[in-house]
Amino acid sequence: MTDQWTIAKAADALEKGEVSSVELTDAHIAAVEAGRSLNAFITETPEIARERAAASDARRAAGNVASPMDGVPIAMKDLFCTEGVRTTAASHILENFVPTYESTVSGNLRDAGSVMLGKTNLDEFAMGSANITSYFGSVKNPLTPEGANADLVPGGSSGGSVAAVAGGLAIAATGTDTGGSIRQPASFCGLVGMKPTYGRCSRWGVVAFASSLDQAGPLTKTVEDAAIMLQSMAGYDAKDSTSLPMELPDFRAACTRDVKGMKVGIPKEYTLDGMPDEIQKLWDQGVQWMQDMGAETVEVSLPHTKYALPTYYIVAPAEASSNLARYDGVRYGLRVPGDSLDEMYELTRGEGFGEEVQRRVLIGAYVLSAGYYDAYYVKAQQVRTLIARDFENAFNEVDVLLTPTAPSAAFAKGEKMDDPIAMYLNDVFTVPASLAGLPAISIPGGYDAGGLPLGLQLITGVCQEETLFRAASALEMAAGGGQ
Amino acid sequence: MSYIIQGETGDWEVVIGLEVHAQAITNSKLFSGASASFGSAPNENVSLVDAAMPGMLPVINKMAIEQAVRTGLGLRAKINDYSVFERKNYFYADLPQGYQISQFQHPIVGEGTVTIDLEDGTSRDIGVERLHLEQDAGKSIHDQDPNRSMIDLNRSGVVLMEIVSHPDMHTPEEAGAYVRKVRAIVRYLGTCDGNMEEGSMRADVNVSVRKVGETDLRTRVEVKNVNSVRFVMQAIEIEAQRQVEVWEDGGEVVQETRLFDPNKGETRAMRSKEFAHDYRYFPDPDLLPVKLETGFVDKIKATLPELPDEKKARLISDLGLSAYDAGVIVADRDTAAYFEEAADGHDAKTVTNWLTTNLFGALNKRGLDIGDSPVSAEHLGELVGLIEDETISTKIAKDVFEDMLETSKSPGDIVEEKGLKQITDTGAIEAIVDQVIADNPGQADDVRGGNDKAIGWFVGQVMKASQGKANPGQVNQLLKSKLID
Repeated sequence: MTDQWTIAKAADALEKGEVSSVELTDAHIAAVEAGRSLNAFITETPEIARERAAASDARRAAGNVASPMDGVPIAMKDLFCTEGVRTTAASHILENFVPTYESTVSGNLRDAGSVMLGKTNLDEFAMGSANITSYFGSVKNPLTPEGANADLVPGGSSGGSVAAVAGGLAIAATGTDTGGSIRQPASFCGLVGMKPTYGRCSRWGVVAFASSLDQAGPLTKTVEDAAIMLQSMAGYDAKDSTSLPMELPDFRAACTRDVKGMKVGIPKEYTLDGMPDEIQKLWDQGVQWMQDMGAETVEVSLPHTKYALPTYYIVAPAEASSNLARYDGVRYGLRVPGDSLDEMYELTRGEGFGEEVQRRVLIGAYVLSAGYYDAYYVKAQQVRTLIARDFENAFNEVDVLLTPTAPSAAFAKGEKMDDPIAMYLNDVFTVPASLAGLPAISIPGGYDAGGLPLGLQLITGVCQEETLFRAASALEMAAGGGQ
Repeated sequence: MSYIIQGETGDWEVVIGLEVHAQAITNSKLFSGASASFGSAPNENVSLVDAAMPGMLPVINKMAIEQAVRTGLGLRAKINDYSVFERKNYFYADLPQGYQISQFQHPIVGEGTVTIDLEDGTSRDIGVERLHLEQDAGKSIHDQDPNRSMIDLNRSGVVLMEIVSHPDMHTPEEAGAYVRKVRAIVRYLGTCDGNMEEGSMRADVNVSVRKVGETDLRTRVEVKNVNSVRFVMQAIEIEAQRQVEVWEDGGEVVQETRLFDPNKGETRAMRSKEFAHDYRYFPDPDLLPVKLETGFVDKIKATLPELPDEKKARLISDLGLSAYDAGVIVADRDTAAYFEEAADGHDAKTVTNWLTTNLFGALNKRGLDIGDSPVSAEHLGELVGLIEDETISTKIAKDVFEDMLETSKSPGDIVEEKGLKQITDTGAIEAIVDQVIADNPGQADDVRGGNDKAIGWFVGQVMKASQGKANPGQVNQLLKSKLID
């Protein structure tokens, strides 16, 4: 069984010689093959995995262990460019694209000794909240009850990554989070999903969705694993101008499970009309847990919260419309020939991009166009500043904010699919921290009536990851997790 | 100075503004480490960033910022401590990102001034609105294959400085002088090689016309990518004339982008598809705003060379050159450097004459630049020195100069080898004078009889007899004392 493994346990077992990386990797390769019905992977890389596992075992034998990740089999979201391995962004337009370069984050993880099992499925160009927009088909949530009429969605956009980890196909996985793409699927699959401060993880080599929001982070089974994995992923990178030129703290050491004296803010604007009782109950439970562990909880106000979602759906598509302009059929990727350059563009992009991507490119081009720019894009940037200020004010009072991660548990494929707005509402709790560039984490908090996991979200101020891990490790313990 | 187009309905004046695109001299491209050098094989200088591969990110080249600031200082312009790179979005096959990274609302350099020097020796100040940094696009080549276009991305991402003038110019001559002056300034600064043939400098010319006396501006037309000073001037003449005709025919000039065709001598509208209408500018989220550190500008300021205007003023006041000569000399950095070396320790006016008349003429004839001159600055100075210390006469000096052009030898060596040293020994000259008088008694009597002018003939004979080496002053004096006094 592969379910039992966490990064910490694997590191321990590898160190004690109870298991080799090759054994661990082979077991997970078998799990990947057995779990193909989840459609979690777009590209499996068993040869690379075995090669790296053998190299890891050799390093270990020589006493040169690179990091606690050394020898640990993980899955890579197919948004990270990987040298010599097809990188698709789950899009037809990059279906056969093989980069000649390795993204900084995947390179860091490789250098840390981790073993890549393959490239995981996602919403096309990370645009989606249910992993149903992938050109390579939707991903099945491994928690879908036996005999259910329809598959549950794993959340998105990092749907393949969470399905791989929750299904025991990988010990951990990388995700990227633009408006909630790590935290919401973590919530749907009962995992820990962490988005660090914007700029902690280099964006170099990550296929861009919305540059000012995109941020890589770990998807793991425990908070401690998230800390271990983030340590290997993050760090200053001169190739990314928005990378934070700062030393990393010891994230794992911050997982003290001790919140005594910590001030926890409960933002009142996160109470939504029509929010399911289960969500409210979970949130209340979270508050209670924090109090029980010696933290002080206070209600805080983030008055511009209600503008976060519309702001996000202006800023992200605007940047995306420009970021995706490079997929034009000229230099790489899909090309559908036409009688003129313009026709080639139209055919290539019309065929290469799916419906949701086209929708967002159009929205983006619209909000940036002459006559609308001030009313939409400029206004959205102003509101974004106000949202960030709300958080700053709150963090003058409290150390951490506690909220639900998503307004519902995983839903069945087919629901919300013909209503983009209903789908966009999935991100209502995660988007504000993205707009403000703040670190945030989702941890499994409880279950809904049907036994599906629900996540709780913690948010801290810029570069306050240590506080975040402290609070998250405690909350995880209170919720009975993290073993 | 005034340039008036006489139309059927009255007199028209021209209003001109220029956008000069100057390729900055840098170690690499604006946002990548690829070489920005000219003349490499197609697609040889292309990094992953230049080709806009997925996930690639731009990183600002600090040298590009330095060169822009340096140029801004040379344009006597305000340097903005805060500037922002934005994306100008449009699709074209040689624009890999689908957008050009440029500066729009917050350029790195603001208002400045360029003083232009006109033919009549006067000067005028032309306002500079801004200088901003931007990436160049690649090149589309349409004539290599019947069905396909070829793309060369070597230029993609190369650093351009766009220098935008106010619409302060009113004649083709002023526009030409402006381009020449901007080119001189960037060459002095070492921020652009100013080479218009290779495309490292080109101009977009904004032209409108209005009736003399009107104060409002009429619709302007942008003539794009003009690549020589001469073409800038021709394009203005032709475009202004066209606009006058449009207005006078009862039509309306439309705001559009046109191309100048020097072969046909006309401008024509670009197809609307050749340029986008809405560039959807927004700040590039991959880049942080550029904030110049305190002292950054001062440090660059401290390394600025003497610029053409200052040098011109110094040549006039300290060396006594005319405004015209000084203007000609400073117009080109290499010429100015040549002059200063040649004039070191010698009479500046004499050096100026040799330079602007003899050397320029000879170089022109041979199609050479001053940098390729067979006569070095040191040798030209030495030649003037030989005249000054009367080692040779001006006339002999001309022969020596011809020899220098052919052989690149030093004038001293040539004089030595050919025995051209001037004869200044009075006894030796007197002997020749006496001989010539003795050989020509009839002419001598003529002079003695009062025909003073005929003495010139004797001078010529003596010079000829001495093979040009006798000091003409001494010859003159001796003849006078022997025939007249």
